[in-house]
Amino acid sequence: MSTTETLAAGATRLRAAFEARSGDDACALVTYLMAGYPTLEDSLRHIRTAAASGADVIEIGIPHSDPIADGPLIQEAANVALGNGFELPQLIDALRQEPLTVPYVLMSYINPLLAYGCDEFMADLQATGCCGLIVPDLPLEEALPWAEAARGRGLALVHLVAPTSTDARLRAVMTAGDGFVYAVSVAGITGTRATLPDRIDSYLRRIKTFGDLPVAVGFGISTPTQVAALRPLADGVVVGSRLIRAVRDQENLAEVVADLAAATKGNIP
Amino acid sequence: MLVTEPDQRGYFGAFGGRFVPETLTVALDELQAGFEAVQHDASFQSEFETLLRDYVGRATPLFEAGNLTRRAGGARIFLKREDLNHTGAHKINNALGQVLLAKRLGKSRVIAETGAGQHGVATATAAALLGMPCRVYMGARDVERQRPNVQRMRLLGAEIVAVESGSKTLKDAINEAMRAWITELDDTHYVVGSVVGPHPFPVIVRTFQSVIGRESRRQCLERFERLPDIVAACVGGGSNAMGMFHSFLRDETVQLVGVEAAGSGVESPAHAASVSGGAPGVLHGARSMLLQDRFGQVRATHSISAGLDYPGVGPEHAYLAEIGRVSYAAITDDDAVAAFRLLAECEGIIPALESAHAIAFALQRAADLTSDKIIVVNLSGRGDKDLGILESLS
Ligand SMILES: Cc1ncc(COP(=O)(O)O)c(C=O)c1O
Repeated sequence: MSTTETLAAGATRLRAAFEARSGDDACALVTYLMAGYPTLEDSLRHIRTAAASGADVIEIGIPHSDPIADGPLIQEAANVALGNGFELPQLIDALRQEPLTVPYVLMSYINPLLAYGCDEFMADLQATGCCGLIVPDLPLEEALPWAEAARGRGLALVHLVAPTSTDARLRAVMTAGDGFVYAVSVAGITGTRATLPDRIDSYLRRIKTFGDLPVAVGFGISTPTQVAALRPLADGVVVGSRLIRAVRDQENLAEVVADLAAATKGNIP
Repeated sequence: MLVTEPDQRGYFGAFGGRFVPETLTVALDELQAGFEAVQHDASFQSEFETLLRDYVGRATPLFEAGNLTRRAGGARIFLKREDLNHTGAHKINNALGQVLLAKRLGKSRVIAETGAGQHGVATATAAALLGMPCRVYMGARDVERQRPNVQRMRLLGAEIVAVESGSKTLKDAINEAMRAWITELDDTHYVVGSVVGPHPFPVIVRTFQSVIGRESRRQCLERFERLPDIVAACVGGGSNAMGMFHSFLRDETVQLVGVEAAGSGVESPAHAASVSGGAPGVLHGARSMLLQDRFGQVRATHSISAGLDYPGVGPEHAYLAEIGRVSYAAITDDDAVAAFRLLAECEGIIPALESAHAIAFALQRAADLTSDKIIVVNLSGRGDKDLGILESLS
C-alpha cells in the first residue's frame, strides 16, 4: 500500500460504507456492542453476528469505570465486562489475530487511551484493520493531537456533535472531521427512548449545511420504526443500548439486528 | 514560574482542561462567561459578601489551640474555624456563590453531588434561601454512613437521589450529577462541590472559597505581624485547601501542605491519596492526578471520611504538587480518628473526620518544630455528621 492510501484508508472505508447505502433513501446501520460483555469471546461472537445480520459499520465500545455519557444499560455492561477481567490489549490482540471484514471503529473514553499511550494505541489499532475511533469525552478543543496521531496511522478520529453545538462548532467538525460525524440525537446520555427527540429533522439538516461528511445519528434509538423515520434524514443510524439489552436478555441478536437493517430500507417488520 | 490562573483552555500547567461530551461544551462556555461577568459586577459581589457576613457568619475566627499545642509539644497550632460557618463546613461559601451565579445565569433549578453530605446540605441551604428547587446526588454508601446530613437535606426541601452505580460514593455521585446535567442543561445549574470537574469549575469553586485564605492571611498579619510558617488543609477534591492556599501561593516563606486520606496506608490498596499515590489521568472532565489501574480504569478507594473518599483531585493541586509549591502528606484512618478524639477531649471541638486528617498532620509536624513556629490548620468542618462512624468503631 502506498503512503497516501494508508493515510486515507480508515476514513475512506468509513465514508464508503455510508455512501454505499445512500441510494433509495436507505441509510447505514451502525451497531454498538461492548467489548468484553459479558466476556471477550462472547462479545466478538456478537460483533460477527451483527455484521452477518446487516450491520454496515460496527462500533466496539470499550468498557470504562466512569462512563459519564452513558445510561444504565451501558454502565452495567461496562461493570460486568470489567468485573470479568476485560483488558484493552486483549481485545486488540484478538482483533489482530482474527480481523473483522466489516468496517469498524472503537468507542472509548479518553482515560483508557491515555493509559495505553496515544502513539502505541494508534499503532496497535492500525494493525487490527480498524477504521478509526470515537472518544465521547474528547471535544474539539482537546482533540487535535489525537486526530493527528490517528490520521498518521490511517485512522479516523470521529467527532461528535450535539443539539447544543453552535454553528461555529458544527462547521469546525464538518470541515475538520474524518470518516463521518456522530450526531448525538439529544442533549442527553445513551439509553433507549420511546420517541425521537423533537426537532431532530431540523437539527440533522442544520449539520448537513456545514459540509458533506456522512452524518450518523445515535443515542436513544432502539426500534425499527425510529430507524425508518430517521432514514431520510441521516446517512447512518447508531443503535447501542437496545443491542446491549438484547445481549443481556439473551434475545436473538441476529433477528434484532436484521429487523433494524430492514428498517434502514424502510421495511418495518 | 508559578501560575495562579488557568490558561485559555483551563489548564494549570499540564492539568485541567475540558474532557466532556460535546453537549456540555457550550454550557461550560456560557458558565465561564457568566462567571467572568459577575466577578466584575459590584452588585453580585456585595450580595455575596453580605450573605457571607450575615448568613454564614463570616469572618470565621482564627483560634489558638493551646491545649492541642501543649499535647503536640512544639509549634503553635491555630485553627481556622470553618466549622463555625452556618451548616458547619466551608462548603457553604461555594454553594452560596454558585447558587447566586445560577440565578444570574437565568437557571431555575440546581443540582449537586455530595460525599459527606456537607456540600449537599450547603447547596440545599443556599437553594432554600434563594428560592430554587434542588436535587442532590449522593452515593448509596454515603447515604448510609452520613445519615444526619441526609435528614438535613430533606428538611431543607432537597430531593435526594441515592446513586447505586460503581462504588456508590462521591465519584459515582459526580458521574450521575453530570449525566443529569447533560439532560437538563436548559434550566439547571450544576453546583460542583469541589475544585474538580471541567474548566471553569475548578477556578469558580476556588474563587468562592478563597475567602478562607484571604481572612487567614489578614488574621495572621494582624495577630503576629508575620505570616505563618505552615498552612495545612485536608484534600478530598481540594476545595477547602485551595480556598486556604490561594492567598498564600506567592508567599514563598509559607509552607503549604495538603493532607490526603491514607485510609489503611498509602502502600495498601485501600486509600484515597491521589496526589501521593496516583498517576496523571482524566476523570470528571479534567486531567489531574488519579488513582487508576494500568488500563486507565479508576480504582476503588477507601477512606473513613466520605468527603475524602475520592480517586481524583482538583487539577490545580496536581499542578502545585508537580512544581513543588505545595507538598502533600497522607494521614491514615487510625491517625485521623485519634486526632478527632483528641481535639474533642482537649479543645472541646468535634471536627469533621475530613478535617481531622489535617489536625493529625499538624500534631505530627508541630512536634518536630520549635515553639516560635506557627501552623495554621484549616478546620474545614464540624463532626456531628460523623458520630455514627465513631460509634461503629468502638
Ligand atoms: C468538612 C469537610 N472538609 C473537607 C471536605 C473535602 O472536600 P474538599 O477537599 O473539596 O475541601 C469535605 C467534603 O465533603 C468536608 O465535608
